[in-house]
Amino acid sequence: MLTREQEYAVEVEDLTVIYHEKPVLWDVDLRVPTGVVMAIVGPNGSGKTTLIKTILGLIKPAAGHVSILGRSYNQRRQVVGYVPQRNSVDWDFPTTVLDVVMMGRYGALGWIRRPGKAEKQQAHEALEKVGMSKFAHRQISQLSGGQQQRVFLARALVQDALIYFMDEPFQGVDAVTERAIITILKELKALGKTLIVVHHDLQTVTEYFDWVMMLNVRAIAYGPVKDVFNEQKLQMTYGGRTPFLNVVVAEKNAGNM
Amino acid sequence: MSIQHIEIQIIASLVAVTCALPGVFLVLRRLSLMSDAISHAILLGIVLAFFVVENLASPLLIVGAGLVGLAVVVGVELLTRTRLVHEDSAIGLVFPALFSLGVILISRYAGNVHLDTDAVLLGELAFAPFDRISIFGHDIGPRAVYVVGVILVINLAFITIFYKELKLATFDKALAATLGFAPLAIHYVFMSLVSVTAVGAFDTVGSVLVVALMIAPPAAAYLLTDTLWIMLLLSAVFGLISALSGFWLSVAFDASIAGFMATMSGVMFLVVLLVAPKRGLVSKLLTRRKQKREIATTMLLVHLLHHENAKNANIECNVSNLPEHLHWHRSMINRIIQFAQKSGFLSRSGELLALTDSGRKRAQEDMIY
Repeated sequence: MLTREQEYAVEVEDLTVIYHEKPVLWDVDLRVPTGVVMAIVGPNGSGKTTLIKTILGLIKPAAGHVSILGRSYNQRRQVVGYVPQRNSVDWDFPTTVLDVVMMGRYGALGWIRRPGKAEKQQAHEALEKVGMSKFAHRQISQLSGGQQQRVFLARALVQDALIYFMDEPFQGVDAVTERAIITILKELKALGKTLIVVHHDLQTVTEYFDWVMMLNVRAIAYGPVKDVFNEQKLQMTYGGRTPFLNVVVAEKNAGNM
Repeated sequence: MSIQHIEIQIIASLVAVTCALPGVFLVLRRLSLMSDAISHAILLGIVLAFFVVENLASPLLIVGAGLVGLAVVVGVELLTRTRLVHEDSAIGLVFPALFSLGVILISRYAGNVHLDTDAVLLGELAFAPFDRISIFGHDIGPRAVYVVGVILVINLAFITIFYKELKLATFDKALAATLGFAPLAIHYVFMSLVSVTAVGAFDTVGSVLVVALMIAPPAAAYLLTDTLWIMLLLSAVFGLISALSGFWLSVAFDASIAGFMATMSGVMFLVVLLVAPKRGLVSKLLTRRKQKREIATTMLLVHLLHHENAKNANIECNVSNLPEHLHWHRSMINRIIQFAQKSGFLSRSGELLALTDSGRKRAQEDMIY
């Protein structure tokens, strides 16, 4: 039986992040129950990436508090997987696809111990799942954007985490990759994992996710998609700046009728 | 070969390999310029430590230099973090300040010791065999062999033991941090090693040439391999070749050993830059020419396809009219026709061109894009 704290995969309280004297997150609260697949949406510069980086301990908050399954991030890092934005690394680095995927096992290996046969096996299996087996021994600079994203996804899979954070995995990927990511999201959800995904495409929110957080420096709303993903909240999040919103909402309303 | 020549070659080789190994990570982390900054600034550390211990052979000089090297790293970071100067300017501000302070201190207070500015910039490899270590009155060899040897062992040990951590922190700092591998700590330890390496090499090749030995071999290796450990190995080999070939050239021309070592590392880089199989300039040029030829061939085939059954086919598919119609130079047209004929895409009877089956197929396939 779970304790009250452990009901929440991620709990964020009063989180404020200041960057060069400017708040990028203002007093954000968030409680994500275990087992949900949640999108974080919001306009550019709304703090989506900052929020997950702060949860992962990469950015120090000016105020507030984060816990993962009731403990601090440092105590829980073994159960957290991270898929950073694909352009956050240098793809000309001299290494192979298989090697990058094995990096997902480094956390479990700890300091100094080298990956061996078991890790290689796991990496191959993960590459199989994302349809990249043929590329295992390719140099990473030869990959397309979508293939790079699938490599990152495979790397997160071998982490074998309970909670995954993904930063814009659908950004600029091809149709094959998009399908691969969706399949993986579904599989992970079926295994009871919690997924928190920074997402930019409002049209697919209802289709891919069961929870959503709408963020624009402040947390505008979060909860099940059917409860909070509505025109009023979208207006509050995006202001009047996205004309296609009306279309999305109109379609959604039509679907509900 | 005299015993001194052998000793100089041993020292030169040790220095070159010791520099090349951390150089690999400097190149991959885009910190090449930091080696320049550190190798200059450590002069101040050596001078200050010399004032304290008054002994040029003391290992404390290395510690002092290492600390100043670290001060450069921290100083550059602090300056960059103010967001008032960019990183390159910060590097250009921090190390000349520390270096010039060192130069002033030497010229004012240490004018009569071996620490002179020439030696600092260019090193004195030729004299290294005269500075010897003896235990109980028994000569055990040049001091530089031991100093650089120990630093090489430290570098090798660090890179071997923390290979996985270094690789991850270099490739993906954020993931390294979330997995608990303290990339910042790794960064500082690594930069301290670079400082210590620079001090060890500094004594023999001088502060300017340390940079060449740290950057040129890895930069050349980077063009040749897609595997990190092979890049490390190749860098070491390139360093070794620069050291030995540089030494023999300096004997032949009776000129600076360090100068020739650095020159050879540069020459080796240039050669690799030209002829590296996949990334070299020659191979890139050939690839580009091949692509151009392929595209031109397709354009010609598509042109013929469009007109082959038209009434004016004998005009459009006539070799003598092509320069006007395609706006290509006649020599290029002849080249492309020859290539297309050789590839079996078209046949020529007199001045008239006709597509073969395979030429027609290629034109149709390529038009889809």
